[in-house]
Amino acid sequence: MANKELVKGNEAIAMGAIEAGCKFYFGYPITPQNEIPEYMAKNLDNEGGTFVQAESEVASINMLLGAGSTGSRAMTSSSSPGISLKQEGISYMCGSQIPGVIVNMSRSGPGLGGISPSQGDYFQSTRGGGHGDYRTMVLAPASVQENYDLTMKAFDLSDEYRNPVLVLGDALLGQMKEPITRNKYKKKEYKQDWILDGAKGRERRRIKSLYLADGDLTDHNWMLFEKYESMKKDIMFETKYLEDSKMVIVAFGSVARILKSSIAMAREQGMKVGLFRPITLYPFPTEELSKVADSIKNFMSIELSTGQMIEDVKLSVGAQNTTVDFYGRPPGSIPSPDEFLEEIKTIYEKRIK
Amino acid sequence: MYFDTIIAGFGGQGVMLIGNILAYAGIAEEKNVTYMPVYGVEMRGGTANCTIVVSDDEIGSPIIQNPVSAIIMNVPSLDKFAPRVKDDGFMIINSTLITEEDMKPFNSKTYAMVPSRDIAIESAGNEKLANMVVLGATIKKSGIVQLSSMEKALTAGLDKRYHHLIDANLKALQGGADFV
Repeated sequence: MANKELVKGNEAIAMGAIEAGCKFYFGYPITPQNEIPEYMAKNLDNEGGTFVQAESEVASINMLLGAGSTGSRAMTSSSSPGISLKQEGISYMCGSQIPGVIVNMSRSGPGLGGISPSQGDYFQSTRGGGHGDYRTMVLAPASVQENYDLTMKAFDLSDEYRNPVLVLGDALLGQMKEPITRNKYKKKEYKQDWILDGAKGRERRRIKSLYLADGDLTDHNWMLFEKYESMKKDIMFETKYLEDSKMVIVAFGSVARILKSSIAMAREQGMKVGLFRPITLYPFPTEELSKVADSIKNFMSIELSTGQMIEDVKLSVGAQNTTVDFYGRPPGSIPSPDEFLEEIKTIYEKRIK
Repeated sequence: MYFDTIIAGFGGQGVMLIGNILAYAGIAEEKNVTYMPVYGVEMRGGTANCTIVVSDDEIGSPIIQNPVSAIIMNVPSLDKFAPRVKDDGFMIINSTLITEEDMKPFNSKTYAMVPSRDIAIESAGNEKLANMVVLGATIKKSGIVQLSSMEKALTAGLDKRYHHLIDANLKALQGGADFV
């Protein structure tokens, strides 16, 4: 018991950030992620950092851009409508190659929508979100421990690639409490030969996203593209029961979590169902899922939306003589394992003769 | 071993607190636990509930449609959650606020009427510990954790400024356990 604490999902994110050496937090309140700024306001100062409640989401993301350009570890968090407001800044950070961690404890939309869990931000998260041809790495935790561990990891990935990293959770992962172990952060060193720290005794540096000279922007975009491609070496995913499965459920985040119960029930009823859970949503584990499709031909994407990740599932396994079914659940309430079980049963009976 | 429960009542009856304490008891016995507070647009003075899962294995969903058990502290919670409790499950009913008459629609279910306020006064001399009484009853009925783990759970789960009340809390837990 000594090393296990009962921690709320949102708090675990803030704890992970502080453990990873986050020194600046900028945010503007919105449900369901308010425990993150709350925890940061209480604790970041004691760790030698600075907490700022900004005047808006737009201000927070630009403060993140500023802090990141000095090589400091910094974070902002918000929820769906607030993350929409940050998109311009995220595009500028990607274009200028400035690291920073952005947490989206998403709620439901479109518009103000509601505060219930949703996975309707999948496209926004994985396709860039703002203007221009860019990507952010996206990490999707499914437990409070992962909230903590993946937030720490997000700082490393962000520094390694000089690119913002998005942690995508939802109300369920933010509000739930689970025991966690506060794993220690292992400090890594990253090149800082680009940061703005006062040009004393060295050539001045410039961080920018504007490239007007002939051909410069083309080169810049190709360079960014290659960087996004190189992120594939950090792809993460979890699988369960694939050895004997005839059908694979693909799901991420809180839905994957709930589905672990549904799949256990399905297996008790004799259905050979397995789970493939992408942990990095961008880059999506395309090759890894395709390998699964070498031997298993039936897939089902289950999402808290009317269908977004299913496009990546089809891009991964669609050319391998497979079936890809879908169960979507637009936001409103939290689905139960039993509800998912019924949908799995219907598809299983249809596909597995 | 697997156990889940929904604890429901008015805000102020301490339902979230006993949910936390039960989760800490699970941790003390090195089990997996999840604690999910009610999530929605809640009002001051409204109803509160939380779902706790305790298991030796990895826990999937922290949200349970049909729980094995429920602790029901008031009538609105009874109407909302009693129909959802599994047929072979059980309910601990706060009979300080819920009458046998209220229970009539749910006669097919297994339940224990626990006069939480009276037991809290008798066992611990403090009516505010009624929540610990119903938790004690639930622990006894389910056997999911040992009462002997509760001191650890209270120490970990209660703010330090309330630690002088741990003894009284333990007495109330025992009072509830002895009653069922």
